[in-house]
Amino acid sequence: MRTASAKLVASGVVVEYWLARSEALFTAVEGVDLEVRDGEFVAIVGPSGCGKTTFLNAVDGLIPIAAGSLTLDGREISAPGRDRAMVFQQPGLLPWRTVLGNVLFGVEAQGTMTKGEALERAKQQIELVGLIGFEDAYPGELSGGMQQRVNLARALLTDPEMLLLDEPFASLDAQTREMMQLELLKIWNRSRKTALFITHDIKEAIYLADRVIVFTKRPGRVKDSLEIEIPRPRDLRVKRDPKFLGYEDRIWDSIQEELAAKPERLLAGMTA
Amino acid sequence: MSIKEIDRVIPVTRGESVKTRERRSVVKPKRWKRYEPLAIGTIAVGAFLGVWQAAATANMTAKWMPALFLPSPTDTADAFVKLFTDPRQNIWADLGTSGFEFATGYVGALVIGLGLGLAMGWYTRLQYALDPFVNFLYSTPRIVLIPLFIIWFGIDWQSKVAVIFLGALFPVIINTMAGVRNTDGALLRVARSFGASEALIFQRVVLPGAVPFILTGFRLGVGHALTGVVVGELIAARHGVGKLISDFGVTFQTPKMFAAILFIAGTGMLLTWLLQRIEGRFQSWRPQIKS
Repeated sequence: MRTASAKLVASGVVVEYWLARSEALFTAVEGVDLEVRDGEFVAIVGPSGCGKTTFLNAVDGLIPIAAGSLTLDGREISAPGRDRAMVFQQPGLLPWRTVLGNVLFGVEAQGTMTKGEALERAKQQIELVGLIGFEDAYPGELSGGMQQRVNLARALLTDPEMLLLDEPFASLDAQTREMMQLELLKIWNRSRKTALFITHDIKEAIYLADRVIVFTKRPGRVKDSLEIEIPRPRDLRVKRDPKFLGYEDRIWDSIQEELAAKPERLLAGMTA
Repeated sequence: MSIKEIDRVIPVTRGESVKTRERRSVVKPKRWKRYEPLAIGTIAVGAFLGVWQAAATANMTAKWMPALFLPSPTDTADAFVKLFTDPRQNIWADLGTSGFEFATGYVGALVIGLGLGLAMGWYTRLQYALDPFVNFLYSTPRIVLIPLFIIWFGIDWQSKVAVIFLGALFPVIINTMAGVRNTDGALLRVARSFGASEALIFQRVVLPGAVPFILTGFRLGVGHALTGVVVGELIAARHGVGKLISDFGVTFQTPKMFAAILFIAGTGMLLTWLLQRIEGRFQSWRPQIKS
């Protein structure tokens, strides 16, 4: 069933956690089937605790899958690799390193680039994410939005095949979040890298993505997949477009339906 | 768990009252405000010395108690100068002995403690193995081991070095280990996500993050090491500042005893201050907190 241009293929992906306190296996994701095409921007939305972040961590190779298969360009994913780079929800910047030092950390950890080349390209990335003049600032001196720009630049510098974004704007205030969405699209438009974006913000998902995937509540599965046919480049005004609102209604209904469904017997009400 | 027992010392003379800290100043503070803590502290110490001097002087005429019970601040100052100028005193031999014992024991504790602390923080199983010993020895006042060390090593510098070493060792081990263990999980996840090797994670994520903890351990070790020097020498020694204090005590030379105590206190304060400065330098990346 793999289409010719599929980049990421997940079929029947199951992720389980062992919960030490209740001494039970906890199924976070159960049987996720999805494909992400080359150059496609896919957003996953779903009710809180539905395992969408867990799924992304599995794609990054940070946690192993219990069953199913997960391939990128036909290669099985078993560990973090150079073909993927993650933009984290919490910026995760080394507080004793400057902006420049933090942007370099990703390629440094991978050990793929010479110092000179890394430095050269890090400066370009810093310019791209709009942090010129802040190269020598420490994370503690930056606003939340600026920290996330560093987080993004660090991932972009590794030039991955696929960009993974885990609710990167969730902790920002509403205005900063909108500005960051706009800028992310601008940056993405240049490279058109395959991207998988996790969010709980439906508007954000529609605004950014070519396709929005809705997860069921835990254990997460794919409930719905929706092509977003809004032409690019998109400015922030498209968020008030009737077509946009139509998508929003449909996704919202889908999530509502999930939330209304009976809670599960085991570990009901638990969020992970 | 031993990690939780980090006795972080918060300097008692820093900062302002809770009430004024809560409120932000709406006007530019007056320049003297900066010197306020220093000024009040100086006045308090001055007042204390004044009262002390007055009490000692009054005692000279009133004879409430023998003069050697309470030497005045000026007597103490005189004795302090004499301590260093009187050729019969041979203070440098005592300072040399104590200084050598302190340096050897303390530096040894830094090196071994840092190594053990890092290893125990990084390798959980090593911590499981060594935790009982660390807890046992950390809970024991190291001073009770002095008689044993005297039997083992004699009354010369070796027994002192042993007690100083053991005194400073545990604050260093425990704080270093806590520093390693305290590594932010989010940073580890980022490093792993970019495929960092374990060696790189240790060098560039864990170690730099542990530096403030390590330096705190070093600073706490100073106090323990100084206690070791003095108490070790008080019990049995041929030379040293502790021995000096003990000699002055049994011969009722109270002013000189006060002077020697002052010297020890001054050394401790100086070393602690120096290490606080070093800690400050290593934390320039921390957001500035008003002190």
